[in-house]
Amino acid sequence: MALTPDDVAKLAELARLSIDSNHVESTTQSVSSILHLVDQLKQVDTKDVSALAHPLDITQRLRADEVSELNQRDEFQKIAPEVENGLYLVPRVVE
Amino acid sequence: MFNKSIREILDDLAKGEYSSREITKSLLERIKALDPDLNSFITLTEENALASAEAADKARSGGEIGSLCGVPIAHKDIFCTQGVRTSCGSKMLDNFISPYDAHLVQSMAKAGVVSLGKTNMDEFAMGSSNETSFYGPVKNPWDTERVPGGSSGGSAAAVAARLVPGATATDTGGSIRQPASLCGVTGLKPTYGRVSRYGMIAFASSLDQAGPIARTAEDCALLLEAMAGFDSNDSTCIDRDVPQYSASLDNDISGLRIGLPKQYFNGDTNSEVGKLVDQALTALEQAGAKLIEVDLPHVELAIPTYYVVAPAECSTNLSRFDGVRYGHRCENPADLEDLYSRSRGEGFGDEVKRRILVGTYVLSAGFYDAYYRQAQKIRRLIQQDFVSAFDQVDLIASPSALSTAFKMGEKSGDPVEMYQEDLYTIPANLAGLPAMSVPCGLMNNLPVGMQFVGRHFEEGLMLNTAHQYQKRTNWHELSPEKFGGQG
Repeated sequence: MALTPDDVAKLAELARLSIDSNHVESTTQSVSSILHLVDQLKQVDTKDVSALAHPLDITQRLRADEVSELNQRDEFQKIAPEVENGLYLVPRVVE
Repeated sequence: MFNKSIREILDDLAKGEYSSREITKSLLERIKALDPDLNSFITLTEENALASAEAADKARSGGEIGSLCGVPIAHKDIFCTQGVRTSCGSKMLDNFISPYDAHLVQSMAKAGVVSLGKTNMDEFAMGSSNETSFYGPVKNPWDTERVPGGSSGGSAAAVAARLVPGATATDTGGSIRQPASLCGVTGLKPTYGRVSRYGMIAFASSLDQAGPIARTAEDCALLLEAMAGFDSNDSTCIDRDVPQYSASLDNDISGLRIGLPKQYFNGDTNSEVGKLVDQALTALEQAGAKLIEVDLPHVELAIPTYYVVAPAECSTNLSRFDGVRYGHRCENPADLEDLYSRSRGEGFGDEVKRRILVGTYVLSAGFYDAYYRQAQKIRRLIQQDFVSAFDQVDLIASPSALSTAFKMGEKSGDPVEMYQEDLYTIPANLAGLPAMSVPCGLMNNLPVGMQFVGRHFEEGLMLNTAHQYQKRTNWHELSPEKFGGQG
């Protein structure tokens, strides 16, 4: 599967990942070569094969619906880029 | 002192030959003197190390102690360590001081280890050469122009250079075994779910598994006993007793059936590597093992399958790094979109970006069935190949890596060529099987490793076999001349 630089720009937008404009060409090439590598999977007949989600075929363990996390907001916010009054700050979203 | 194995250190500490503080101090000095040539550490935690060594010495003088009391080790910088930077080899987390300890870090601390610091790694564990680290490449102690392998290259290089007797590591597609092979040390990836992933920064959650790197199988057994076990904080961790691996190392292996996949022993392997693995297999035959050809018909699809599953899971896992709560944030974001996209664009390196983009592609609307679901189905076929093979044999052997350590820069220009490095190691991750790499020779003075893959939860048999091999050979005792020489 060969992608175009436009495809890569679209993927980068979906992934919220800025790519330097002088890297778009090389990124397009390397991502295309990886997709080329994985494209051979399409040739494999997997009719009647069930998808493997957990290598030991174990299903997700459930637990009682109880509060198990301690409140460590202050600890966590010590390493945040920008906080105010216990809130994480980001650029204004709603005008 | 630096040439001691963990087993020897434990014996010496018990006899009072030296204290934990003494060996800790001596290794810290050694790291400061030699590591500038290797770059195997990202962070040295000298004060913490000396404090825990003193605590270990105190504990030893009075009553009950943990199984690894006072033993110096290092943690791969993928494990969260409270109060200590946990970078995962990325600019994204260069400023991240973890507010908590990973489960593995806690359990090892409980066993009494003394952590000297955090080892270098490929960024977010994505790489096979340690060249993708934000902190610069790690050099192979056997030849500092060559790579140590990856992603646990710092842990493998530090153990090979005798900077630490053992280190923790993680393996998503070969990141313990391939660097162990390239650095001439012993490394084990346990069964998926054997060791908790809590606090281990996630790359591909259905493949990631933590394990030990050390000089010998015996030391790996001691380390694994301390790190394995159930943890309710990891929903995929298995609730199953941890055997005392170190107690079964001396079991007789006569009658053990070792499978040789015909797909791997077909003349394609670099012939020198093949020859050394053959010699190792002969040694095992002399110890009583039987060699049997097995068929893994779908194993050749392992690399493409992995490069759908791993990027898909990585693109999901790494979406948490958004510049809002922790990690890198770009300067003066214009709006929220810009904050996300520029923080991530600046924080991640090229290989991580490539994998996020591939993952985003294979998971996008309309492609999910063709890529991710198809890969998960092929994963089932690969796993079933192993199930059938394990009807006939007890272990499967192969080379660990394609060849010996390659030169820095040799493969970094072509990601797909780099991905071939994990040809022999990826299948065990896809099938969730335990696997290990054991040094089995030198080629032009560079180490070669042999891989064992076992049935689920049969780490004990693998370690037993590897120990029996190491009792009959001395490859694991060799060290790079520049970093201590033999002995």
